[in-house]
Amino acid sequence: MVEVEKRFVTSAREEILQRIRRATYDVPKEERPEDVPVECGYRKKDDAPREEMIEHFAENVTEYEATVRRVSEAGLKEAITQTCQERDIRRLVVPPGVPEGWLPDSVEALRDDTGTLLTNQELDESDGVLTGCALGIAQTGTIVLDAGEGQGRRALTLLPDYHLCVVREEQIVGLVPQAFAWLADAVKREGRAVTFISGPSATSDIELDRVEGVHGPRTLEVIIAG
Amino acid sequence: MQFSFNTSAQPTLKKPPGAGPPLQVWSQYISYHCAVRTALFITCINDTLFPETGRATVELLERLGIGVDFPLEQTCCGQMHFNTGYQREAIPLVRRFVEVFKEYEAIVSPSGSCAGMVREVYPMAAELANDKRLAAEVEEVTPKVFELAEFLVKKLGVTDVGAYYPHWVTYHPTCHSLRMLEVGDAPLKLLRAVRGIDFVELPEAEQCCGFGGTFAVKNADTSIAMLSDKLGHILETEAEVCTAGDNSCLMHIGGGLRRQRVGVRTVHLAQILASTEERRKL
Amino acid sequence: MTIEAPDAFSKGRTPTFEESARESLANAQLRRNIGKATQAIRTRRAQAVEELPDWEELRQAGYDLKTRVMRHLDEYLLQLEESVHKAGGHVHWVRDATEANRIIADIAKNHEAKEVVKVKSIATDEIKLNEFLEEEGIKAVETDLAEFIIQLAGEISSHILVPAIHKNRAEIRELFIKKLGAEDLSDEPSDLTNAARLYLREKFLQAKVGISGANFAVAETGTVCVVESEGNGRMCTTLPPVLVMLMGIEKIIPTWQDFEVFMQLLPRSSTAERMNPYTSFWTGVSEGDGPKEFHLVLMDNGRTEILADDIGRQTLNCIRCSACLNVCPVYERTGGHAYNSVYPGPIGAILTPQLVGIGRPGTDSLPYASSLCGACYDVCPVKINIPEVLIHLRGRVVRHRQDGGGLKGKLDPENVAMRTMARTFSDRRLYEAAQKAARISQWPLARSGAIHRLPGKLAGWTEARDLKPIPEQTFREWWKSRNGS
Ligand code: SF4
Repeated sequence: MVEVEKRFVTSAREEILQRIRRATYDVPKEERPEDVPVECGYRKKDDAPREEMIEHFAENVTEYEATVRRVSEAGLKEAITQTCQERDIRRLVVPPGVPEGWLPDSVEALRDDTGTLLTNQELDESDGVLTGCALGIAQTGTIVLDAGEGQGRRALTLLPDYHLCVVREEQIVGLVPQAFAWLADAVKREGRAVTFISGPSATSDIELDRVEGVHGPRTLEVIIAG
Repeated sequence: MQFSFNTSAQPTLKKPPGAGPPLQVWSQYISYHCAVRTALFITCINDTLFPETGRATVELLERLGIGVDFPLEQTCCGQMHFNTGYQREAIPLVRRFVEVFKEYEAIVSPSGSCAGMVREVYPMAAELANDKRLAAEVEEVTPKVFELAEFLVKKLGVTDVGAYYPHWVTYHPTCHSLRMLEVGDAPLKLLRAVRGIDFVELPEAEQCCGFGGTFAVKNADTSIAMLSDKLGHILETEAEVCTAGDNSCLMHIGGGLRRQRVGVRTVHLAQILASTEERRKL
Repeated sequence: MTIEAPDAFSKGRTPTFEESARESLANAQLRRNIGKATQAIRTRRAQAVEELPDWEELRQAGYDLKTRVMRHLDEYLLQLEESVHKAGGHVHWVRDATEANRIIADIAKNHEAKEVVKVKSIATDEIKLNEFLEEEGIKAVETDLAEFIIQLAGEISSHILVPAIHKNRAEIRELFIKKLGAEDLSDEPSDLTNAARLYLREKFLQAKVGISGANFAVAETGTVCVVESEGNGRMCTTLPPVLVMLMGIEKIIPTWQDFEVFMQLLPRSSTAERMNPYTSFWTGVSEGDGPKEFHLVLMDNGRTEILADDIGRQTLNCIRCSACLNVCPVYERTGGHAYNSVYPGPIGAILTPQLVGIGRPGTDSLPYASSLCGACYDVCPVKINIPEVLIHLRGRVVRHRQDGGGLKGKLDPENVAMRTMARTFSDRRLYEAAQKAARISQWPLARSGAIHRLPGKLAGWTEARDLKPIPEQTFREWWKSRNGS
């Protein structure tokens, strides 16, 4: 950026900081931020049995009008194949790290590899995307993507009109606080982008009538594998 | 006759065996409450415009064996001034209130908003006055202030006050009683125990009636729009009487009902509770 | 295309709330739309909150965390700046709207953008960014469906969360046919939504610069967050190579883990959902994923003034959930436009006058736009005591008029009446005399047992309400006679 601009901005910085210090005159000098008490009386962990948690997750995802099915690890490929056939998916975007064994024989896999990234145009014209995820949150029916294995960059789950997401049972946590604790490493160490997805995109902007699918995938399907 | 004794109520009264004649039980209160100096904080609106509510409050409390004092030096709590922004002007009234009432052990008021003013807003006024002594006195006095229904149910632990009122009645929980003082269902408990009453729930009861002190004049249009909806809900209940714990809201609701000539009356809760079969015969 | 009614943040005098409310109250369609919408969302919010046994604990934590931030805002901002730098982002500090607009326009120009895509952001509305960009030859395309509708209609928003709450489907259909050239369009919300999707998809794919507001920014990590429903936020913050984010300096939270509180409070309070459909968290720039350039603009624009007022300070806790609007009986009747500000409802009534400063008739009327019923305080997820701040601001308005208004301020009839009354109440004898005087002087007004019309400023009362005349005997007279004193 140009030099002139920088000087102008720096002085704003000093002035704002000064204004803040003047405004908080009532805060004792020796007070540290940690000295301001924060009561953390809320629940940090869900003690419900695993199976109950998984059921709860499935229920909550369903309530968002996303389709959910539960299969065994071994039945995964078959379930994916079936889903793709039902939806008439032929060209499926596949991020790096999605196990080869998941891919149906009937579809053309559009791979987004570091060397050859798919263009936005290609993503836009695909039939859908298949991903894993980082986490599922039972309390809210949320799928969490953190750009890790089997999830890819953010655009992949945004431009295609259909998102099929595989959640492994052991990836499901109970409460929201558990999810943030789990994600801390990916964010703090690697600065990875995190996306929370709770059902397909939606709007209630017209007369508060809920419409599923505005931008982003209009259909979300979730397969819970365990 | 039912008595429910609140554990937080000071007197350690035993639950009376069976349902005894009222006076016998109330005498238990007398023995304790003669010792407690209780003051009536009438509020300027009740004093000037609704003396019948004040009279009813005195009668009711006396019937329950509670002798009340009415310190004549009391005037106005300063709510209208403070809430309209004339806060410097309200500070002398805050001082006055504290001065007049500080000797008492319980201060009872038939007005949710004025009790709320003292309990919740006085500390802010003292801070504005930048007066440590006043702040300390306010801190001392405010926990002793009670709205009438709250005093009866939460402090004395009584829900059946022996009232008789053979009418269709609906109840509007005024905002300050509901949200500021958190009197909860105390007024409803009292009303439900009244003999002869036909109590009807008010739809959307917790919605503000639109009074809001000077709001009713400054934003008359909005205030009336809110009132219209409240009146609609009251009429839906087909009640003859709409009651509440605050005459300021009732003045606004009653004024609207009267203007519309719908025949529904507004009556302060204290008057319903003070009403007995004997009194009605007089 | 952007037509703006003057609001508190644009030049010129704005009407008072009373004046504007009168107009809104007379609009039956507006009242029906808003009434229906707020009632529906109110009920749903209550259910969503009911589900959490620890709601009150979460609110307390939210309040505590925000209090911590405000008391040490300077430190947190510096920490945020450092974190964002480390993560490869740029940080800009701006004192006011002019500086904010300038820097954003310059970034767009540096990338030769003629058109930018925007996620809904009230902060950018506050600084009138769209108008500024237009003057600079840059078109800002709003992508949130409601904002998009409003922009097409050339109107201003009436609700924080559902800005087009005042428009019904038929109006929107007509608008789309006229402005988007859409043919064969039904008035089904799903069809209308699809028309917007098609139109905006092109815009997203072509945009070089995206502009967004911020829901939260984490000092510890430099992570910023956009909470949304439609996916336009994800589009704007992922696809364009350059991303500019404008945030008020109060949006900071201390640590990443603190999201566990706010991401529970916000969705349930605002859209009454367990979780909103999409939330994006990103930290600076990520290699090969999303924008290549990220600019974070930290804006004061009146916020430090609010910080300096120890009662007003809590206003900065606000996470813009709009729960207070939906429960407000005043807002439910008047809608958002009566507030003449990008921040309507109870939060607007306290935020706007503080941001622009006390002493302007239009915005000084806002703290009075409340019956002080307290419903807003009950629902606020960060426990802002809105009634307390309203009362405090009324005090500031009055003191400003009394102290700075010269003779005119002192002779103001309300001021004179209030001061006289205060004096009367300060003396028992004066008070008792006034009671008698009032009883006597009311006789010309009282007819058939009621007062139907009051004179002067009090006439508003009797427009729809009778007034009970003062009875023959005051309570204290009765008491005295009874006790024989
Ligand atoms: S003031 Fe509270 S309730 Fe209102 S928008 Fe802000 S956070 Fe939400």
